[in-house]
Amino acid sequence: MSQFSSELKRIIWVLAAFGVLAVVTPLLDDYTQTIIMRALVFAIMAMSLDILMGYTGLRSMGHGVYFAFGAYSAAILISTMKVTNLLAVFGVGLGLSALVAAFLGFLAIRAVGVYFLMITLSFSMVVWGLAYRWHTVTGGDNGIAGVIPPPIFGIPLTNPVAFFYFTFIIFMICLALLYLLVRSPFGKTLVGIREGEARMKMLGYNTWLHKYLAFVISGTFAGISGTLWAMLNRFIAPTDVELVTSVEALLMVALGGPATLVGPVIGAGIIMFLRYWVSTFIERWYVILGATYIITILYAREGILGKIEAFLAQRKARGEADAAISQVQEQPEELRT
Amino acid sequence: MKAKWLVLLAAAGLAFGAGAAQAAPREVRIGFIAPLTGPFAQVGKDQVNGFILWLEQNKYKMGPLTVKFTAEDYEAKPALAVAKAQKLIQRDKVHVFLGGLLAPTGYALAPVADQFKVPYISPAPAGEDQTQRKRHKYYARLSFTSGQCQHALGDWAYEQGHRRIVTVGADYAFGYESVGGFQRGFEDKGGKVVAKVWPRLGTVDFGPYLPLIPRNADAVYALMVGPMSLAFPKQFKAAGFKMALLGGTTSTDEFILPNMGDEAIGYVTTSHYSAAIDTPKNHAFVRDFQKRFGKMASYYAENSFTAALYINEALKRTGYNPDKIEVWLEELKKIRVDAIRGPVYLDAYANPVQNCYIRKIERVPGDRNNLGVKPNSLWNIVIKTYPAVSQFWNYKPEDFLKHPVYDKNFPPCKFCGQ
Repeated sequence: MSQFSSELKRIIWVLAAFGVLAVVTPLLDDYTQTIIMRALVFAIMAMSLDILMGYTGLRSMGHGVYFAFGAYSAAILISTMKVTNLLAVFGVGLGLSALVAAFLGFLAIRAVGVYFLMITLSFSMVVWGLAYRWHTVTGGDNGIAGVIPPPIFGIPLTNPVAFFYFTFIIFMICLALLYLLVRSPFGKTLVGIREGEARMKMLGYNTWLHKYLAFVISGTFAGISGTLWAMLNRFIAPTDVELVTSVEALLMVALGGPATLVGPVIGAGIIMFLRYWVSTFIERWYVILGATYIITILYAREGILGKIEAFLAQRKARGEADAAISQVQEQPEELRT
Repeated sequence: MKAKWLVLLAAAGLAFGAGAAQAAPREVRIGFIAPLTGPFAQVGKDQVNGFILWLEQNKYKMGPLTVKFTAEDYEAKPALAVAKAQKLIQRDKVHVFLGGLLAPTGYALAPVADQFKVPYISPAPAGEDQTQRKRHKYYARLSFTSGQCQHALGDWAYEQGHRRIVTVGADYAFGYESVGGFQRGFEDKGGKVVAKVWPRLGTVDFGPYLPLIPRNADAVYALMVGPMSLAFPKQFKAAGFKMALLGGTTSTDEFILPNMGDEAIGYVTTSHYSAAIDTPKNHAFVRDFQKRFGKMASYYAENSFTAALYINEALKRTGYNPDKIEVWLEELKKIRVDAIRGPVYLDAYANPVQNCYIRKIERVPGDRNNLGVKPNSLWNIVIKTYPAVSQFWNYKPEDFLKHPVYDKNFPPCKFCGQ
């Protein structure tokens, strides 16, 4: 079996799973729908972080920054300035987070490892402080309410099903774009940098530029998820953009499986499911979340998706080995050595 | 093999959706969103327990209706509160939901109420604008606005002969609004706020802030929250300040009080409630709460208890039809209730008009009034009652609302540096 067809098979599987999600979600009860929407929104954020964390090997604690810019720009435009053009809202959110990422990238990309982590962590604290302190613009601690999504092409997004499909389509677009990105020579270069930056440099790649571009692209996509988040909750407050948000995105990637793109989506789904669904039954759902992490770290360091793939690969290998053995056994006696 | 998986997946999806609550004819479904995990968990439990106390005393009945009560945790995160409100509305089909602790949650939840046309009754969030400039139709508050009773304390402080006061307020919206209310009440009478100090929220070392307090002021007004409330009076006394210490609602509420020491004796604060109100109703409430939950009753618990009382009364007067939401909500906004804290009614802006108590901390030897509270406890002894205080103090609502909401720079500090 060639590598190309196994990749195609994987794509078909993923598309089928999301196809089922798209068909089944509107049939579910309203609350489950909102959980799925939240998971999709955070999945965009987790995927965008995966570009940086999984593919490039830069663990960022600052993804809440772009999320914050996306969310607050949407809230200010819609609620305070009464903008009714949704594309403009997305445009500004996207542009702003890209700009911020472009600026912060200059400061952050020179660092690696734990230093990179610390620098991006400080960004997220700064932006949280901005949201919390600059109350004439951000409403401070009280946040901004009334972020009601304006209609798009005449379709009212106040309808939950319409908003679900809107979120879903944006999610799929992000997934497709990011997939193309990681499959492209640029994406391969990022993996190369992760595995051995010095070698890539030796081969003549401008690794700084590659990392910088990955940083900006990643931030831009996180901005999209912020814009969606503000409209989904119709509200934004500093608690949504605090450090915990950045850390949670990191954990989603780690849980699902870094450098898989679909893994972080699964991670986002699991965490949102725990937070919004399990927590209604079990007050101490944090214990379950903690246990999930411990199990992941002990038994599935490559993440849940990584573990599944490893398992499937192992089974396939065993199957091939069995086939080989039986082939050997079927051979006539005289050919055996 | 693959088909089997798909079928399983679809079945799981359907099972997921089938969990929605069935509407039974004779019950009223009430949801409560409180922070039950995280740093505010204990306050959140007080909130829920206040409501549960009423329910248990009434055997989970409101007239002929059985109460179906659901409590949800929101970790003090407004976005999560919105999701949980949606859960309560969509899955549990509640007739009314309560909850929230800090102001942001109140601001986040009110639009949800209007969106789904399900009333939200706020038992704690004190954001001024919620019943002033940013009102919602399906919203009513049964607690207080940040500045409400602080106006009265300002008035009282002037009567005590204080003329120059320094405010020390936690640096966030609730702090600004409380300090603003106090400043206006005080300066309207002729007093002067001569310095405003804003320690960061969560400060426990006031070393950098205490030197900013001029020693020649007559008194200090402190608006503290959580651990700040415990640390401030200690460090204030230790730094050698001899002037009077006044404070806001959360500076010495009954949640904090049992953890305070002798440094707090003489501290004068204001609130719409005190566990030391000497009425038979409050005695019974404090005794029952102590017996059931082993704690001194706090205003968080009282607010929830009063909310239950209010909902019951509104339903009773409209013939126990919880489904006719507009009818009983309209009634709820009109009635007067003789609550634990005293008489309460809602103004035209859905905020309670109620007594404001000026309370002074005293250590009472023995078991005060035999309520079962730990002997030799500190109590917020009521020394003056301002009856029927509105959120607009003694202003006409129209005039009051012409001003911007209280902020770090409003009212302006005209006398700072004098």
